[in-house]
Amino acid sequence: MSNAAQNPALRPAIRFVENVGRKTVSAIEEFGYVFSMLGESFYWLIFGHRQQQPVRLRSVFAEAMSIGVHAIPIITIITLAIGIMMAIQGIQTLKTFGAESKVIVGIAIAITREFAPLIVSIMVAGRSGSAITARIGTMLESQEIDALRVIGINPVRYITAPLLLAMMLCIPALTILGDFMGLLGGGLYSIIELKITLPIYFERCAAVLSWNDISQGLIKSLVFAAIIVLVSVSNGFQVRGGAEGVGRATTRSVVMSLTFIVIADMVFTYFLNFA
Amino acid sequence: MPAASNSECAIEVRNLDAHYGERQILKNISLDIRPGEIMVIMGGSGSGKSTLLRHLLGLNTPTRGSITLLGKDITKSSEQEIFELRKKMGVAFQGGALFGSMTVEENVVLPLYEHTELDENTMRIMGRMKLEVVNLAGFEHLRPSDLSGGMIKRTALARAIVMDPRLLFFDEPSAGLDPVAAVELDELILRLRQVMNITIVVVTHELESAFKIADRITVLDQGVILMTDTVEAVRNSDNPRIQSLLNRLPRDDAIDADEYMERLTGI
Repeated sequence: MSNAAQNPALRPAIRFVENVGRKTVSAIEEFGYVFSMLGESFYWLIFGHRQQQPVRLRSVFAEAMSIGVHAIPIITIITLAIGIMMAIQGIQTLKTFGAESKVIVGIAIAITREFAPLIVSIMVAGRSGSAITARIGTMLESQEIDALRVIGINPVRYITAPLLLAMMLCIPALTILGDFMGLLGGGLYSIIELKITLPIYFERCAAVLSWNDISQGLIKSLVFAAIIVLVSVSNGFQVRGGAEGVGRATTRSVVMSLTFIVIADMVFTYFLNFA
Repeated sequence: MPAASNSECAIEVRNLDAHYGERQILKNISLDIRPGEIMVIMGGSGSGKSTLLRHLLGLNTPTRGSITLLGKDITKSSEQEIFELRKKMGVAFQGGALFGSMTVEENVVLPLYEHTELDENTMRIMGRMKLEVVNLAGFEHLRPSDLSGGMIKRTALARAIVMDPRLLFFDEPSAGLDPVAAVELDELILRLRQVMNITIVVVTHELESAFKIADRITVLDQGVILMTDTVEAVRNSDNPRIQSLLNRLPRDDAIDADEYMERLTGI
């Protein structure tokens, strides 16, 4: 120990600096770990067959069932409700200008560019992201991950890669569903308030929307999918300390996923619109 | 099965050091395990026996030293070489480490499914044959959560031997089992060696089980090998630490007063 460290007055300050240093190093380490896992997952997806260690379609489908297909009801309900809510708010606000009919522009663009991918990703992060972390954490604690490794099964190939592929298929697909349901929800309220028919509503939506609006949402949804998988898997693999550790990692995983999703959303929205 | 000459070791550990963080767990371990023998690695809690096993399995990387399995030094091998080697190794973990989402049969055939091109029926038959060996025929459709402790260990054993490995590792076979189930598992290990002629490494702290199945015993204490010898020699050893382990006596380490104060006050 140095002399400074032995001076009691300086100890808190030194401890603070030390903590900042340690936290920084571990954050950088985690970033590196997450990105190397992303790279490794793509490696197995592309070259796994050549190495005789393929990523099994069967497990991709199994994951896709639980991430995607089982989420259809909840996504349907929520995006429908959001569409209705937006129509209510939009018509109320625009009434002051006498421009209620312009509400369709707002709904169509906001849903496809922003709300569908965001709401879908938030739902999936909460539903599946937490489950992935808990599952991997439990597998780690019960030595199942060790068992995989000694059998000669790479955990990234066996667990992460199928999840990544399934998530990158499901979230865009759910986003398309969310687009449609959100627009439908907006339409259901608009046809009452604006006294138009549903086909006319959708016709106007189609006139407003360009391919760019929809693709923006889909590109973002792909990014969100990768975020959810990487955050939840890496948190799962870092579980320490039994059941309590699994609980803590699960919470951390959902909070981190949501934070990164919203930040990525902001960044991508900027670049997709202005860059 | 390729005949390995007696002079060649199935497992060879040389000058192995291992650390967790700054704590040294294994100190200069050297160990030879001959083909076809049952080697029991014995020691109390915290002796480093589980750490040694994790290193033998290639799950941890040593700080120093070499570990040679079937002629391949795993500290210097490529991923691909270790992948090939793992097809020749079977491991039964202490808690079984069965995959909770799969049935007993799916657990047992998983290595076949991942490493061979056999068709599903063949794999199923091979899986059932191994379940037959561990006396679990008829339980193939149960989930691990429906099994008793002994059945979980036997399923784990079936999974470990499904690829007909040349090396079999067994972590604490009798831990958590009632005496009858423990004895049955010991019998099973002996029978396996007889039938399949594999090299078996068992890590345990159970004396009775160790004496029953071992050809040779390695006694590990605080990260150091006290002795590696036959059952008889270990029994008759006059090393006080071995005797205290055999006779279940508490450790009576001399306390260094200064060190003790330092530990308590953390200065």
